[in-house]
Amino acid sequence: MRVMSQMAMVMNLDKCIGCHTCSVTCKQVWTNRSGAEHVWFNNVETRPGQGYPRTYEDQEKWKGGWTLTKRGRLKLKAGGRLKNLMTIFAAPNMPGIKDYYEPWTYDYDNLTTAPAQKHMPVARPKSLLTGQDTKITWSSNWDDDLAGSTQNTHNDPILKQVGDKIKFEYEQTFMFYLPRICEHCLNPSCVSSCPTGAIYKREEDGIVLVDQDRCRGWRQCVGGCPYKKMYFNHKTGKVEKCTFCYPRIEIGQPTICSETCVGRLRYLGLMLYDADKVLEAASTTDEHGLYEAQRNVFLDPRDPEVIREARLAGIPDDWVEAAQRSPIWALINEFKVALPLHPEYRTMPMVWYIPPLSPVVDAVGETGEDPEHQGNLFAAIDKLRIPIEYLAGLFTAGDTVPVDRVLRKLAAMRSYMRDINMGREPDESIAASVGMTGQQVQDMYRLLAIAKYEERYVIPAAHYEDAHKLENIATECSLDVEGGPGMGGMGGMDDSFGSDPGGGGPDVPGRPEGVRINLLNWNGQGTPTGLFPGTPPATGGTP
Amino acid sequence: MNNGWEVFLWLIFPYICLTVFVLGHIWRYRYDKFGWTSRSSQMYESSILRWANPMFHFGILAVFLGHVMGLGIPKTWTDAVGISDGAYHFMAISVGAVAGVFTIVGFIGLLYRRRFTKAVMGATTVMDKIMYLVLGIVIVGGLVNTASGVVGHYNYREGVSVWFRSIFYFNPQPELMVGAPLSFQFHAIAAIALFALWPFTRLVHVFTAPVGYLFRPYVLYRSRDAHEGSRAHRRGWDKVDTIPRRPK
Ligand code: SF4
Ligand code: SF4
Repeated sequence: MRVMSQMAMVMNLDKCIGCHTCSVTCKQVWTNRSGAEHVWFNNVETRPGQGYPRTYEDQEKWKGGWTLTKRGRLKLKAGGRLKNLMTIFAAPNMPGIKDYYEPWTYDYDNLTTAPAQKHMPVARPKSLLTGQDTKITWSSNWDDDLAGSTQNTHNDPILKQVGDKIKFEYEQTFMFYLPRICEHCLNPSCVSSCPTGAIYKREEDGIVLVDQDRCRGWRQCVGGCPYKKMYFNHKTGKVEKCTFCYPRIEIGQPTICSETCVGRLRYLGLMLYDADKVLEAASTTDEHGLYEAQRNVFLDPRDPEVIREARLAGIPDDWVEAAQRSPIWALINEFKVALPLHPEYRTMPMVWYIPPLSPVVDAVGETGEDPEHQGNLFAAIDKLRIPIEYLAGLFTAGDTVPVDRVLRKLAAMRSYMRDINMGREPDESIAASVGMTGQQVQDMYRLLAIAKYEERYVIPAAHYEDAHKLENIATECSLDVEGGPGMGGMGGMDDSFGSDPGGGGPDVPGRPEGVRINLLNWNGQGTPTGLFPGTPPATGGTP
Repeated sequence: MNNGWEVFLWLIFPYICLTVFVLGHIWRYRYDKFGWTSRSSQMYESSILRWANPMFHFGILAVFLGHVMGLGIPKTWTDAVGISDGAYHFMAISVGAVAGVFTIVGFIGLLYRRRFTKAVMGATTVMDKIMYLVLGIVIVGGLVNTASGVVGHYNYREGVSVWFRSIFYFNPQPELMVGAPLSFQFHAIAAIALFALWPFTRLVHVFTAPVGYLFRPYVLYRSRDAHEGSRAHRRGWDKVDTIPRRPK
């Protein structure tokens, strides 16, 4: 057993209102630069729909992720290592800018500088690639809310699998939103397709990052990621990806998309997993088995043996404790309502989804029946094969059984809680019909519906004290760098600024060892731990 | 022996350019790792790139190997293993011609898309243009030399090649180049100039060709601490959380 920890996310799709706040705040924080116009670390897709970039899920076309060889071994779908290097001069599976969209701006200047004339001056769209006039024909969410669905939606690769049975007529269709970020996979095919080795998974929290200093712009990872969450910056010539807002995560704050989510539907927490079992799980022969296989890679953070092994692997105790409180663990392995997105890509994704019950509820509502009655909902789940097959195409490689089970749980929770809300005696048989107790249903309700901030986000802060120890024994001479002596990271700043008195001198009372105060990161609430001598050390400070 | 010009061209100029080449790369690697990329424009245009770019690159790789042989291996060695002059030349010229044609056709394709795809043209820097010009001159010059090898009598392996090696022995023999045909002189000067430009262009990507990929594990892990804690940060890449301190 080799215990590793992973920051993970779950999104509760029923609550997504498709407002794109997450995409916008993410873009403001990370990619509002030229060259990154088409880069949406977070995007929200209307499903059914083609997704972004268009039809990215069609792996016969884009060749992302992994596949099994005839002998049952895992292999990059784009081909082996030699092929990767031989195709380096023209990355074979890389989307062009047109598969995203041609970035544009408007000629706003014209509004103020146009000479007096009979007609109102207009701001014409200009391509940001060529500077010329352009026609806007597509963008990151052009097909929002099924816009243009009669022309576009039949290109949805998942719909094609289901068999094109859906008619895009207003009354007959169903729709939901799918917010997507990088999956920070346990078996990331982006990392594996990078010829240079510039992409890596962080040992501590599993966040997948691109070393911008080492990326050489070979572009193979763009095709290699089946979720198309590797983006080529056309100005810098380097590849960028979702960072899981690691600077925020390191100080215990949620990612910006989670923090600003209007529907409050995102959950963040740690998962412990057995790194030795990842490859085997990803090689599961039957695609339908991949969901279970991945669930079995996760380790129960309350199991004493796991705790012991985690300690041996150097995972701090407060992290193990955070893993025990992790909402992700609860949603994936206790309530079992969260499902992975496209497990069939075999990358072992770590952003999971609670499939939406809303298509079912809506369908019942339209019939005039009570959409909170368990019987009606269950009957509708049995009947609404197309939405359910569609969801299965997204979350379980087409296996409708787990999707069915999850939707039944959600339906049961709805009916069970309705009784309580109406002041009636709860009907335990409802809970029992989905194999839960009333208490479990209520716990699940608390996590899903009440969704308190502290319960949605359980993020242990990173351990900086180790980093500082390393800093002190740095082997590289700190004189020989740009920004060395006299330049300092904070150019011209007094030496004592920000220096750490924590160690104390012979006659200076020091703070407990390893505690370092940095007001730049202080969120302004309360007194930062350890600011004054004598206060107990920061919680993150002592393992 | 020589007049000043010749000494400059075949002795001083090569050493200046090689020095710039070496120091330039060290400087660039140290201070501009972020700029060290092939700066691909595949995103803008891929239908021409799809054939032209591999053609050019595989062609130029073969040309490079040809130069390693032609310039690097003394004639006496091939004589010693019994390869006749005729056989050597036949091979060099035929293989060289095929590689050269690949290179030039690919190069023209790349130039064409660069010039006539607006987005690609827009992403072209001044340095790119200078580099393309010099590289083009070098390639054309090389092709002319190969072609002239069919009819001409000059054996570069007794002239240019010896001179080339003499530079690296630090025992330069500029007089050897004086006797070389004009087209060879021209090709050599252009190539030397290209080496001086090299570290300041996107050509640097050649030196990070990712052969290590064949041998590394598929999934890479890196520790946050090891990476960020022990290394001094470059200006502009300072961490947010800590303020770099002076050495105690
Ligand atoms: S989803 Fe993220 S971690 Fe997974 S392959 Fe794509 S870029 Fe890599
Ligand atoms: S902010 Fe939340 S509710 Fe709005 S689109 Fe994003 S995930 Fe959905």
